[in-house]
Amino acid sequence: MMQATVQEARFEPRIVAFFCNWCTYAAADLAGISRMKYAPNAKVVRVMCSGRVDPDFVLEAFRSGADGVLIGGCHPGDCHYKEGNFKAMRRFLLLREVLEDFGIEPERFRLEWISASEADKVRTAVDRMVGDVRKLGPLRWKVG
Amino acid sequence: MAKPQVAFYWCASCGGCEEAVVDLAEKVLDVVAAVDIVFWPVALDFKKADVEAMPDKSIAVAFINGAVRLSEQEEMAKLLRRKSQVVIAFGACAQLGGIPGLANLWDRASIFDWYYRGAPSVTVDGGSPPKTRIAVPEGELELPAFWDTVKCLDQVIDVDYTLPGCPPTPKILAAAVGAILEGKLPPKGAVLAGDKALCHECRLNDSKPEKLLVKDLKRITEIRLDPDTCHLAQGVLCLGPVTRGGCEALCIEGHMPCTGCFGPLDSTPDYGGKALSYLASIVDVNDEAEAKRVLEKVADPTGIVYRYSLPRSKLGRRRR
Repeated sequence: MMQATVQEARFEPRIVAFFCNWCTYAAADLAGISRMKYAPNAKVVRVMCSGRVDPDFVLEAFRSGADGVLIGGCHPGDCHYKEGNFKAMRRFLLLREVLEDFGIEPERFRLEWISASEADKVRTAVDRMVGDVRKLGPLRWKVG
Repeated sequence: MAKPQVAFYWCASCGGCEEAVVDLAEKVLDVVAAVDIVFWPVALDFKKADVEAMPDKSIAVAFINGAVRLSEQEEMAKLLRRKSQVVIAFGACAQLGGIPGLANLWDRASIFDWYYRGAPSVTVDGGSPPKTRIAVPEGELELPAFWDTVKCLDQVIDVDYTLPGCPPTPKILAAAVGAILEGKLPPKGAVLAGDKALCHECRLNDSKPEKLLVKDLKRITEIRLDPDTCHLAQGVLCLGPVTRGGCEALCIEGHMPCTGCFGPLDSTPDYGGKALSYLASIVDVNDEAEAKRVLEKVADPTGIVYRYSLPRSKLGRRRR
C-alpha cells in the first residue's frame, strides 16, 4: 500500500524504443555488458532495421499507452541494408509533423543514430528522453 | 411478393452521396421497380415518426451516408439500425469519417469560438454560439447537440457492409444493389469494391516506373501534366498505390491524382500511416536537409494522409 503511494508520486514515463539489430540494439547490449546505469523506462523492441519501423508501429504504441517513442538506427551511410535508415529519417520527419497536429509534442518522438560501439549514447539518449517526457507528464492516449 | 424496403439517410455529409444515387440515371428506374424506398429525406417526404412506426427489421437495407457529429445523427443511425436487417455505410464519411472528420484536429469549443465569435465575418457583439435550447413565441425548441469528436458510422452502430468513395460510384452502387436483390452478399463486414490497389485498374499503370522513386515532388499547378503518363513518373503525388480501387481511376481520367477517397485496403490498419510511409519511401533523397526541403512541399501532411480517414485512424482525434 505504501509502495503504491510512492510510485504514484513520481511519474515513470513509458518509452517504447525500436532499436535496429545491427547498430543501436548492439549498442544497448554493450551498455548492458558494460554495466552502465540508465533509466529503466525504455521497453526495447528489436527490429532488423530502423527502416522496418512502420509509422503504424509508432501510432499503435502511442494509442496503446506509450508516453514516448524512440527509434534508434545506424548512422547515415552505415545501414546494414544500405538505405533503410534514410527511409526511417524521411518517415520520421513527416510523422513528427503529423503527431504534432494530434497534440503529441516533438519531445515524445525521437530518432537517434547510434552505432554498435556507442553504448554511452544509448545511455544519454534514453536518459534525456525519459527526463524530457517526465517533464511533459503522461500522454495517456484516450481513444474515442 | 412484397418488394424489399430500402431506406437512405444522410448524417454529416455534403450531399454528394445522395447525388451518387441520382447518378444511377435510368438505372434508378430498375432499382425503384425492384424495391420500395420507404425513407429518403433528401427526396421524399417521410418523417422520423414514419420510421418509428415501422416494425423492427422491416427495412431490408438502409444506406447511411455521412459522418456522425450531432446527437440527432446518432439517434437516427440507431433508429435505422433497429428497423433494418442490413445497414450499409455509404461513402467515405460513413466508412472513415471523411472530410468532416478533419474537425477532429479541433474540438467543439475551438470550432464554436472561431465560427461564432473569433472569425472576422462575425458581427454580433460577443458572438452567438449555437444553443441546444431556445425559446420562441411558439414555445421552446430543442436543437441537436454538437459533439467534440466526429465519428464514423461503425463507431456508433453495427454496420454490415461498406460502400467506399467520395462519393461511391454509380457502378459499385448498382453492383451492391444487384448483389442484395440476388441475395449474393459476401460475408458481413466486407467493403463492396474489391481489394486491389487503384493502380491495378488505372489506364496509366503501364507507364508506372518499375521502382517508384522521385527526386522532387511537384504540385499539379507547377507542371504541365502529361495525361498519358503515370503521375508518379512525373513527380506528382498520387495515392493510388495505397488506396483501394473500384472507382476505375476516375480522378486520373480527369487529370488529377488520386487523393485516397476509397480508403485503405483490407490489409491496412491505418490509412494515414500507410500513406505517410509510402510518401516518405518514394522520395529518393538521402540528405536530411534536401529531404526536408522536398517533404516540406507536402503542405499539410496530416490533411493529405488523413484527408478522408481521421476519425477511423488509430489516434482518432487531437489530444484533449
